[in-house]
Amino acid sequence: MKQSKAVEIAVGLFVAAGMAALFILAMKVSNLSTSVNGESYTITASFDNIGGLKVRSPVTVSGVRIGRVDSIVYDFETYEAVVQLRIGNSYDRFPEDTTASIFTAGLLGEQYVALEPGGSEDNIMPGDRIQLTQSALVLEQMIGQFLYNTASAEEK
Amino acid sequence: MLGPLQRLGRTGIGFFERLGRGHVFLLQILARLPALLLRPGLVVRQIYSVGVLTLLIILVSGLFVGMVLGLQGFNTLSDFGAEESLGVAVALALVRELGPVVTALLFAGRAGSALTAEIGLMKATEQLSGMEMMAVDPMKRVIAPRFLAGFLSMPLLAAIFSAIGVYGGFFVGVGLLGVDEGAYWSQMQANVDLQDDIYNGVIKSIVFGFVATWIAVFEGYDAVPTSEGVSRATTRTVVHGALAVLGLDFVLTALMFGD
Repeated sequence: MKQSKAVEIAVGLFVAAGMAALFILAMKVSNLSTSVNGESYTITASFDNIGGLKVRSPVTVSGVRIGRVDSIVYDFETYEAVVQLRIGNSYDRFPEDTTASIFTAGLLGEQYVALEPGGSEDNIMPGDRIQLTQSALVLEQMIGQFLYNTASAEEK
Repeated sequence: MLGPLQRLGRTGIGFFERLGRGHVFLLQILARLPALLLRPGLVVRQIYSVGVLTLLIILVSGLFVGMVLGLQGFNTLSDFGAEESLGVAVALALVRELGPVVTALLFAGRAGSALTAEIGLMKATEQLSGMEMMAVDPMKRVIAPRFLAGFLSMPLLAAIFSAIGVYGGFFVGVGLLGVDEGAYWSQMQANVDLQDDIYNGVIKSIVFGFVATWIAVFEGYDAVPTSEGVSRATTRTVVHGALAVLGLDFVLTALMFGD
């Protein structure tokens, strides 16, 4: 029976190595360790233009990642894009006049929602809507405006 | 005039007959899987020969594939000044594609051919008929444990391949080429999604394991019981296994990452 014991140990090691590899992939390679775990709440914000924002894009405050974009829908009442932000419960004391802006990480990086707390006494409640928003900058619009401005400057 | 037409028809009928036999065979295996719960020892022994003995080639290939990805990725990414994204490039390539596919190809070559040759020789030397004479069901005693062992081993092997490949890329990118260690891991963690990337990779490896093992045991069981027949069956296992894996990979990729 000695042979079969060695075989069983080898199989045990193999299965353990496979499980460990899956664990490494989940914990070390994927975003499991950085995603919003446990309790969270949502707030919404409306933007004129969300640019390249996607579901699961990060939500940050002062560069600290505190949540992610939960859903993006278009609202025909206001003709604006309504973005739902899911934020971890440990970050629940933002003032009512917090600003939400869509920025781009680096020149070609992904877009994210940045929150900038204001000075109000009252805190934003779960489910509330952020009033102050700043849309994504669309490169084509900026270039268009720049060309228009230089052209009109030359005319003078 | 009618000769070539008849040959074409015969080939077609033969093809569909084999396809049908293969599926009936699969159903017969699946029907016998619950009985294996009573005799896990049989499966453990097969996992040893199918999984553990394949481990070495998987470890070495995974390491080198990861290292090559690190090297190639670095050369291309540094043209765009994006060396920091090396971790993402290596991890996504391994987890989504190379891990499951290369593992399945190696698995078909190393473990699948061994399964076919073993079962084919058992048939050629009439061991399978001998078992039937002793009222032992060869499907239950020989085929089903091997099928289950291959099916279980493949995802584990693919996970080991991907994990060791990520460390191979780390070794080349961070150790030799000077990519920042923190950037390698943090970019990877920021961009590799557990659901979209890792789970889909694991699903791929499960499907490939199922198909590659199915082809291997079927070719062995269906082999012409001569030495030439067994050798042909072994070749077919590797060729058909590889083709099935690559074809399925395209379909699965289109379904998973197509949107």
